[in-house]
Amino acid sequence: MLQIRDLHASINGKEILKGINLDIEKGKVHAIMGPNGSGKSTLSAVLVGNPAFEVTKGTVTFEGKNLLEMSPEERSHVGLFLSFQYPVEIPGVSMVNFMRTAVNEKRKYLGQEALTASEFLKLMREKRAVVELDNKLANRSVNEGFSGGEKKRNEIFQMAMLEPKLSILDETDSGLDIDALRIVAEGVNKLKTPETSCIVITHYQRLLDYIKPDIVHVLYKGKIVKTAGPELALDLEERGYDWIKAELGE
Amino acid sequence: MQTEPNKFVKELTQEKYKYGFTTEVSTDIIEKGLNEDVIRLISSKKGEPEWMLEFRLNAYRHWLTMTMPHWAHLDIPEIDYQAISYYADPTKKKEGPKSMDEVDPELIKTFNKLGIPLHEQRQLSGMAVDAVMDSVSVKTTFKETLMEKGIIFCSFSEAVKEHPDLVQKYLGSVVGYRDNFFAALNSAVFSDGSFVYIPKGVRCPMELSTYFRINAANTGQFERTLIVADDDSYVSYLEGCTAPQRDENQLHAAIVEIVVHDRAEVKYSTVQNWYPGDVNGKGGIYNFVTKRGHCKGVDSKLSWTQVETGSAITWKYPSCILSGDNATAEFYSVAVTNNYQQADTGTKMIHLGKNTKSTIVSKGISAGKSQNSYRGLVRVSSKADNARNYSQCDSLLLGSNCGAHTFPYMDINNETAIVEHEATTSKISEDQLFYCNQRGINTEDAIGLIVNGYAKEVINKLPMEFAVEAQKLLAVSLEGSVG
Amino acid sequence: MAAEQQYIDIFLECGSAINKHSSELLNSKRAEAFENFKKNGFPTRKVEKYKYTDADELFAPDYGLNINRLDIPVNPYKVFKCDVPNMSTALYFVVNDSFYPVSQASPNIPEGVIIGSLKEFSEKHPEIIEKYYGKIAKTEEDSITALNTMMAQDGFLLYVPKGVVVERPIQLVNILHSSVDLMSNRRVLVILEENAHAKLLICDHAMDDVKFLSTQVIEAFIGDNSLFDLYELEETHNRNVRFSNLYVSQSANSNVLLNGMTLHNGVTRNMTNVSLEGKGAEIKLCGMAIADKREHIDNNTFIDHKVSDCSSNELFKYVLDDEAVGAFAGKVLVRHDAQHTNSEQTNRNLCATRTARMYTQPQLEIYADDVKCSHGATVGQLDENALFYMQQRGISLREARLLLMFAFVNEVIDNVRLDVLKERLHVLVEKRFRGELSKCEGCAICK
Repeated sequence: MLQIRDLHASINGKEILKGINLDIEKGKVHAIMGPNGSGKSTLSAVLVGNPAFEVTKGTVTFEGKNLLEMSPEERSHVGLFLSFQYPVEIPGVSMVNFMRTAVNEKRKYLGQEALTASEFLKLMREKRAVVELDNKLANRSVNEGFSGGEKKRNEIFQMAMLEPKLSILDETDSGLDIDALRIVAEGVNKLKTPETSCIVITHYQRLLDYIKPDIVHVLYKGKIVKTAGPELALDLEERGYDWIKAELGE
Repeated sequence: MQTEPNKFVKELTQEKYKYGFTTEVSTDIIEKGLNEDVIRLISSKKGEPEWMLEFRLNAYRHWLTMTMPHWAHLDIPEIDYQAISYYADPTKKKEGPKSMDEVDPELIKTFNKLGIPLHEQRQLSGMAVDAVMDSVSVKTTFKETLMEKGIIFCSFSEAVKEHPDLVQKYLGSVVGYRDNFFAALNSAVFSDGSFVYIPKGVRCPMELSTYFRINAANTGQFERTLIVADDDSYVSYLEGCTAPQRDENQLHAAIVEIVVHDRAEVKYSTVQNWYPGDVNGKGGIYNFVTKRGHCKGVDSKLSWTQVETGSAITWKYPSCILSGDNATAEFYSVAVTNNYQQADTGTKMIHLGKNTKSTIVSKGISAGKSQNSYRGLVRVSSKADNARNYSQCDSLLLGSNCGAHTFPYMDINNETAIVEHEATTSKISEDQLFYCNQRGINTEDAIGLIVNGYAKEVINKLPMEFAVEAQKLLAVSLEGSVG
Repeated sequence: MAAEQQYIDIFLECGSAINKHSSELLNSKRAEAFENFKKNGFPTRKVEKYKYTDADELFAPDYGLNINRLDIPVNPYKVFKCDVPNMSTALYFVVNDSFYPVSQASPNIPEGVIIGSLKEFSEKHPEIIEKYYGKIAKTEEDSITALNTMMAQDGFLLYVPKGVVVERPIQLVNILHSSVDLMSNRRVLVILEENAHAKLLICDHAMDDVKFLSTQVIEAFIGDNSLFDLYELEETHNRNVRFSNLYVSQSANSNVLLNGMTLHNGVTRNMTNVSLEGKGAEIKLCGMAIADKREHIDNNTFIDHKVSDCSSNELFKYVLDDEAVGAFAGKVLVRHDAQHTNSEQTNRNLCATRTARMYTQPQLEIYADDVKCSHGATVGQLDENALFYMQQRGISLREARLLLMFAFVNEVIDNVRLDVLKERLHVLVEKRFRGELSKCEGCAICK
């Protein structure tokens, strides 16, 4: 589904990603783990086209298309979704208006008719159930005044609305209590199909107890240094990252 | 809430202005009045070259065409410019003292009394001082030590003689004599002040400071300061001022010009404590000052910090022109007015270069029957891409007979600018005072504490020795203010 | 300089014609207004209050005046269809500066309420009107007010007697209609006695593609415990110049909402002067401006807290595109006796291009100590993080920008206390941002 080859990226002239090679397979859940500052969030930002980062080298192919040539919204239309670590508050823009615009822009891109108001509201209701999102939240401005847990739930709700092919969950577990974590994880699991893939970026094993990864990668100093099965996550939880550093001869 | 504003407040006797003494020293004062002959006389007394006299005369002729500005939120009595003497020299020596021995002991005593030791060996901290009384620089300390690094720190009169090329290059380059009424007046009659030049790549190893003292009666003080920081240099400069307690108002119209070149940084701190007049508003200094810095170079930085507690009337807007790309400017101010004092002070930030940043933090405290205004301008020119400004202006009112006013102007001509202004006005709450009282702190002290906390953001910007002084000054200025 | 001379000449020449087609009460104020106008002339930009709009220059060109009240060859009731559907208003028209005769009385207007021609009712009920007319619009303090007072022959009157609640919104449509460049001088007088309620919507429309210059002076007296909403919606065109001076005097515990929205215009200068005269009075003063091309919008506001326990809340937002110029000067004065004042003022502005200019000048002048006052002003752009977040969700940059701009001005629209009008404004603003003509049906020209 997604192929990353020798990807280098920097912010304000400082190189963060230093040659990422990664293949994401259809229908699989990939976990990317790594210590602070290893470049996990940068990788997700670069994949969805955050203009703050500059790609200096390498290629990213998504279903045969050159992802790096696309605008952020086009990447969204072809099926890329990022659950932000820190979802932005947008005062004055209602969730309903925001989501309706997003859904209909995608439909336009795919050559589909725009949803009518009633169709749209029906869709909202259905999807809200997935993450048990309160109707009240849906009527407020985007993320404004939401608690940490509500924001993350709102992210998964939007994911349900937009039905992406590849979802990237960037530290979705940070700031969540155990109940919220369960609800969010269940939501993600419900949305999983054999046609869709998921990248779970996290520090800890905790989230992976709920969202079972098929493949685990370790990102360190801007490179993927290790790839293995789900047991790698447990290993990391138990032994930390030092043994990997040791393996790398540091 | 019930109104009983004076509940915790007791009448206190006015703390005496502690610098209100006069020095008995024979002073050479020229006749009152202003005309071209007076200017020629000042110039000749200072032994100035022809170009300097020309500059003065041009300024004077321009001044004659101007009228006093009245846009400020100030009630300024008519000033008779012919009733002022424009030159007073307590040293009576044409050349200025060469060594400590030549300085009149009375003068040394005066400055010692003010806490400004002129004997270098007696100084604890390495702070170089230029002491100016009335129209003449009395003594500049540590001159030789600084000279070793190529730093020029001397009286303005000396600079005109010793470094005419530098003076000619920079004098009036930031504040031209056409700038405003008081700038023109100063340019015509300015007497002395300090000149600082920091050469390329030099970090000035000590704080430089000028101490201004008005002593003689019926004279005006018109000092002029010029600071030039060449590429990659750094200097921190302090200015302090006091004047004797007199019933007549005295005029002080100064100019400070600062030029900051590439990557250089200048910090300018002022503790202004001119005689503010008595409880009934009698006497005090009229403080009409034009201060402006030009951040000319790329990555240059200029920081103004002022604690204004003195003067009967203050009209002062230390400003920055940010023309170098990435230049940064700051203005931190605490202005306290009590009794019948009036202050109209603030800053101007003129953004011309790209990625320029400015910060304004102004804290006004009004007490008694005083009026305290913040007036500021933030202008972003059409070429100043990515300019940023943040302004915060808070006013604190102590008592119900004073006024606190905010007049910010924002002129934005570039869409990439982000400019923010916030202002609040409040009073010290009865709850805060009561809380302190309950803990055994009397109301006067509590107000001092709260006011100092309120002004902390600004005070913290001052060099250590000054910060302590400023804190004391705040408390003293406000004594007897509540009631 | 000296644009005033032609108006002085006209007044000297046509004074009797002006009087002939007006009422005694309106005529009684002209002489003093003329003296003040002659003395002060037009304000130059050196006058602080007029720093951002050059009155002298704008009044200099030659405009026609309809002093002799020639017939207006238009029936607004036929050509004008309200752009605010589903809003059943009591509809009135002022064409240029003459009140257009009402074809049929509006239903549901309670007895005792007077709505109509200022000229007519100042003749019929001078005992009511003379107490108010010209009392707060001081001709010595403002030359535009002086000029309006000396020239205005008619206008609009709203009188609501004690205890009467007018449920139905009242709508006044100012129609500018002329085949030649025209100046009009309108006068509006609003009187709400104690415990009265009324809502007034004033819309400005220009029907012809000629140059219009209007002066408008509104005096509003709001009695004890009364509630008054005034919405002003300007949708004119680039050749329109508007000077509007609004004076509001509020008695104890009155509650007033003023909301001025400029969607299309040429040069607009609105001065709003609110005097809080009675304890417990509340004012909410809002404004919004969307300007592009070379449009110019200047709002000058002054809120005078004269007595204690009043509150004022001010919110102005501007969106400036192309070479538009926006100015906001807001002064809040808290007088010595105005203890327990609550005052908040916010001015936020978006500049979309380098050539757009914004001048803002929020001012606080405070002489009382037990008060809570704050003001904030910002000039900036749309939040980049929010834009990216929206793009990630598949919303195009253009659409994301529109959504944010829309959200930005909505804060002002949300203060509207008439739901149908609020909805309509949402649509108008959205159309405006999308660059579509938001002209009303019946408007011949909106550019």
